[in-house]
Amino acid sequence: MTTTASQDRKVRGQADGKRRQGPTFLMALPAVLFFGLFALVPLVGVFAISFMEWNILGSPSWVALDNWDTVINDRPFTWRALSLTLIFVVGSYLFQAPIALLLGVFMAGEQRYRAFLSVLYFLPLLFSSVAVGLTFQSLLSPYYGISAALPFDWLPSDWLSNSDIVMYVMIFVVGWCFVPFHALLYQAGVRQIPTDMYEAATIDGAGRMRKFFSITLPQLRYTIITSSTLMLVGSLTYFDLIFVLTGGQPQNAVRILPLDMYITGFSANNLGHASVIAVILVTIGLTMSLLLNKFSGSSKMESDKAGA
Amino acid sequence: MSRHLTLRTGTAGVAVASLLTLSACGGGADGASAWILTGGGWPAIEDDLERFGEEHEAEIDVEALENDAYKQQIRTAVGSGDAPTLIMSWTGGALLEYVEQERIVPLDGNTGDLENRVYDSVWQNGVVDDTVYAVPLNDVQPVVMYYNQEVLDEHGLSIPETWSDVETIIDTLDDVEDVDAFSLAGGSVWPAFMWLAYLTDRHGGEEAFQAVVEGEEGAWDHESIIWALETIQELGEDGFIGDYNAVDAGQNEDAQLLADGRAAFLLQGSWVYATINQDFPEFADSGNFGFTEFPVLEEGDGDPSNIVGNPANFWSVSSDASEDEQQVAFDYISEHLYNDETVDEMLDAGSLPPLNDIEDRIAGTEAEDFLGFADELVDNANHFQLSWDQAISPSEEQAFGDNLAGILQGNITPQEFVDSMNAQ
Repeated sequence: MTTTASQDRKVRGQADGKRRQGPTFLMALPAVLFFGLFALVPLVGVFAISFMEWNILGSPSWVALDNWDTVINDRPFTWRALSLTLIFVVGSYLFQAPIALLLGVFMAGEQRYRAFLSVLYFLPLLFSSVAVGLTFQSLLSPYYGISAALPFDWLPSDWLSNSDIVMYVMIFVVGWCFVPFHALLYQAGVRQIPTDMYEAATIDGAGRMRKFFSITLPQLRYTIITSSTLMLVGSLTYFDLIFVLTGGQPQNAVRILPLDMYITGFSANNLGHASVIAVILVTIGLTMSLLLNKFSGSSKMESDKAGA
Repeated sequence: MSRHLTLRTGTAGVAVASLLTLSACGGGADGASAWILTGGGWPAIEDDLERFGEEHEAEIDVEALENDAYKQQIRTAVGSGDAPTLIMSWTGGALLEYVEQERIVPLDGNTGDLENRVYDSVWQNGVVDDTVYAVPLNDVQPVVMYYNQEVLDEHGLSIPETWSDVETIIDTLDDVEDVDAFSLAGGSVWPAFMWLAYLTDRHGGEEAFQAVVEGEEGAWDHESIIWALETIQELGEDGFIGDYNAVDAGQNEDAQLLADGRAAFLLQGSWVYATINQDFPEFADSGNFGFTEFPVLEEGDGDPSNIVGNPANFWSVSSDASEDEQQVAFDYISEHLYNDETVDEMLDAGSLPPLNDIEDRIAGTEAEDFLGFADELVDNANHFQLSWDQAISPSEEQAFGDNLAGILQGNITPQEFVDSMNAQ
């Protein structure tokens, strides 16, 4: 395994760290400072506030483990929010991953109209989530949206107010925004696969499907890991579109943990409880990333390239 | 730790950090600042603040926010010492808290002759312990019943004077497809606060809710409040527009439904008069746009002249602002507020400033009818109830909204509502 080969991969493991003769730590300093200031410091702050009672206007007072006890033992909604988060994360993954993979493979192809379509697919990534949220809000309005415009009686009109379907609507809208990004990752991944593999397969008589499952998919496995991790952790901490579109309503059916944290902190003005939820969220996020990293074997990632 | 794990930790951390990254848009380096709202009569206030900057050496930097966003951001900004110089509130529970935490300064001696010019009933809202902490800045905002005359004519209906009239209207429109009695932005929840407040008041008088404001033990468990909640759920069956829980007030969909003739009535604040004139001019100019007061409940104990709404929005001055900034704010309040030009602009937009001499100035304005109606409504009111969400303590506001949403969506009972609110 060589540094050059592994640099070709989007994902880099720890194995090559020992042999790296790269630039000094100094060059990473700005990034480290930035990360410390905007990620670590607030993280420590939030952890501290989780032991305090604070309504934003007054001054915080120390209550030891009270907040933790309340949020975990006396607040049934915490567990509901957790299970909603799980549904949202899994649902988003099942929706986004296959579409992104197929789109990415398609976009990496040679078709003449490909570039034009790729630009269209890419558009959602450029829109701000608030603009997307307001647009979908209008589209999904019962009286002035698609349900009113299309002559299909079976189409539900209460997209955002029916607690049975609002979760799927959110999974779709959020997916609509993020599929382009992951498709882009896959497109780059597919472009890296050496063409001689496909040529050899063609000579061996492999069809299109066979090539996809025997060459493209296995060659993309590290891209799949990267994209999956980003999807899972991204949807775990996702907030903006759901907030703009629903604010957690109806019946709190999409009040996933990040939203619950925000509402508890800034609408109910209980920063202590919100911080407990935040710490829970960080813990789950970190654990999930670590596990994904461990079980996907990204620590011993190797190149499959011919000659590498 | 591999690099992309670090990156992901960062993502999670940044998301969490939003809890701590407090808004810093508040106090600018020089000149005072003010946050106002969007829509309704607010453009007149924005123009007014701008004119102040042109006429004086000092500038007031204005930022306009959407209602819900404002409520969440102002608290964080005030709490972190980054508040704008001029802090807008609806008085009530939030103002009391600002005073308690010494986040705003007393305005005594810096209000010019405003105290003599403004309706005393409105002025008193900004007074805490005999000290002036907030002064009204815009119009009186009673909640009124708007209607669409064309819909009424088409179905042979008349303006309801009593609750039985309302029931007749609901029965008549029940058989009509695509037209309902009342438009309601249930998705935003707060328009339903108005229904709850009016129904409770008509049933049991202002004392029912007064007990809640004063923090009496178990005060929510009042027969009038329960009756009002039950009535709201009944209206949800056949009085309110079909998908009311999906209608959003932020986009003025409730007003649009009235303008489009999908609903006969709309219970909303007086600011919607300006909204309809701006956003749906065809309806506003068609002669079908009407307004009336909330109907009388025949067997109710409440005074039928009682109204619900906001006496006005109020300015307070931040104690975190520098002396220079505070001085600019004092100058604005004492010399500029409710100047003739701005009052005229407000009147033209259909906003009624709470000024003693306003009656003489209404005649001849574009919105003469509406202003006269609103003025009489406010003048005759035995009691002007501040919107419930503003009157209660800010710590209860979220639970109040969540529980009322539960009532609208039919997944909690009125008794569960009052029990949950009593537990707050």
